[in-house]
Amino acid sequence: MTFFDLLELDFVQTALIAAAVLGLVAGVLGPLVVTRKMAFAVHGTSELAFTGGAAALLLGVSVGYGALAGSILAAVLLGVLSRRESDRDSVIGAILAFGLGMGILMLALYKGRASNKFGLLTGQIVGVDSTDLNLLVVSSVAVLAVLAVIYRPLFFASVDPDVAVSRGVPVRALSVVFAVLVGVATALSVQVVGALLVLALMITPAAAAMRVTASPLRATVLSVVFAEVAAVGGILLSLQPGLPVSALVTAVSFVIYLVCRGVGAVRGRAV
Amino acid sequence: MSAISLRGARLSYGDRVLWDGLDLDVEPGEFLAVLGPNGSGKTSLMRVLLGLQPLSSGTVSIAGGNHAIGYIPQQRALDQSMTLRGRDLVSLGLDGHRWGLGLRGRRERRVRVDAAIESVGGSAYADSPVGLLSGGEQQRLRVAQALVGDPGVMLCDEPLLSLDLANQRVVSELIDKRRREADTAVLFVTHELNPVLPLVDRVLYLVGGRFRVGTPEEVMNSRTLSELYRTPVEVVRVRDQILVVGAGACEEQTHHLSAEAVS
Ligand SMILES: Nc1ncnc2c1ncn2[C@@H]1O[C@H](COP(=O)(O)OP(=O)(O)OP(=O)(O)O)[C@@H](O)[C@H]1O
Ligand SMILES: [Mg+2]
Repeated sequence: MTFFDLLELDFVQTALIAAAVLGLVAGVLGPLVVTRKMAFAVHGTSELAFTGGAAALLLGVSVGYGALAGSILAAVLLGVLSRRESDRDSVIGAILAFGLGMGILMLALYKGRASNKFGLLTGQIVGVDSTDLNLLVVSSVAVLAVLAVIYRPLFFASVDPDVAVSRGVPVRALSVVFAVLVGVATALSVQVVGALLVLALMITPAAAAMRVTASPLRATVLSVVFAEVAAVGGILLSLQPGLPVSALVTAVSFVIYLVCRGVGAVRGRAV
Repeated sequence: MSAISLRGARLSYGDRVLWDGLDLDVEPGEFLAVLGPNGSGKTSLMRVLLGLQPLSSGTVSIAGGNHAIGYIPQQRALDQSMTLRGRDLVSLGLDGHRWGLGLRGRRERRVRVDAAIESVGGSAYADSPVGLLSGGEQQRLRVAQALVGDPGVMLCDEPLLSLDLANQRVVSELIDKRRREADTAVLFVTHELNPVLPLVDRVLYLVGGRFRVGTPEEVMNSRTLSELYRTPVEVVRVRDQILVVGAGACEEQTHHLSAEAVS
């Protein structure tokens, strides 16, 4: 089959739509996640999405719902247990290790096909069906809608918490809400690129964008563009050679990151 | 109505009492300097006024609530890698607390933010990443951030820190201008009284659980400070400067004030 024949296939088109939606959500959330130094939290949440997915497999419900439940639970736990920024890393480490262990246990107990097990870790966007796609689109719209309402105070709380508190911004409540949004977005990404590689969509594009601009608006726009290029581009590149989607998505995203670092370094010296 | 009002206010952490029985009314347009050695509870007083720290007993009220406050926090350098320009920091002080994306009213915001930045002389670096600016430049933007929100009350926690003498004057005159033109009440925490002495209406002096409120003449004299510090303290006026010379507790103050007087 040629590249264009492949594009005609239903499941490929579904995958591309899923990737585009995810790229948008991850790209918008990314700069806030990086500013709040939550990269490790995202990683931890994605591991627990994997655990939730594994539990769902075992219970015979949709993996998508399981992943969603797992990461929202994780997000709320992290929000409640790590009140102080200083102990967030260790709280995540503890929860993550336990969650991953549970996930592996549940996969071991599951008697279904092996490919299902593998897909949760490395992503199986080509296996996204229309139910999953619906869940993904609805959740993404919900995440973006909530974000649109809380964006400015959330940004204030992220970059300048002391003054934000002084102006009456509910900093603590916002951080729990944001953790839940990140949890939802993470669960969605797990479907596409897998629990281990969520960072490639949510962190790398944002980190790259923040290397080349100091304007928050421009950083967000660039981060969305980079995430889209990585997600959609990664899938397109993977079609013909039949390589794993997650490998190419992360590769594209990492190349963008390197280029932006280079550009940032050259500019930094020029100034 | 007073801009700030504290009645029988007491703050203690465990058995450690920072202050007790504090009655304080700060009127609109009044400039109150808050003095005291490290750990005497100056920042804690700010936190009480901001509603971050509940009083152990007594009441506190601020006319207009939190949205009426312009707050300049005790300086802590901003993260170097932060994706934030000077103008973004200032604009958050204007409407960062409002819900939504903040895309509406961008033109009006820009005009007001530009004016605030201009007023602190920060236009040259307003578009640079804040993390890369010097301490003094960041501090001036902090002042702009507090001014742009049209505050009825300004809470300034050591705003002169890390500023050179010229900029100390710029910043204190800006705050003074604001309270004269807009009747903003100013609470000004400082370790150095002299740079703002001509502006100060009253002084709140906190030492080890004791305090005194009054005009600079009433508080900054040998008798009152000796009582507060419970050790002989000599207060000398040299031209328009006040020098505090005494033992232990106020060493830092002495150091600052005398260095100030020499320059
Ligand atoms: N949340 C808290 N719990 C217990 N003790 C506290 C708390 N916050 C402050 N303290 C103590 O209260 C005292 C007063 O602190 P505060 O920050 O108000 O001092 P300050 O007058 O601003 O000092 P500085 O001049 O160093 O800024 C300090 O000894 C501090 O350790
Ligand atoms: Mg202090």
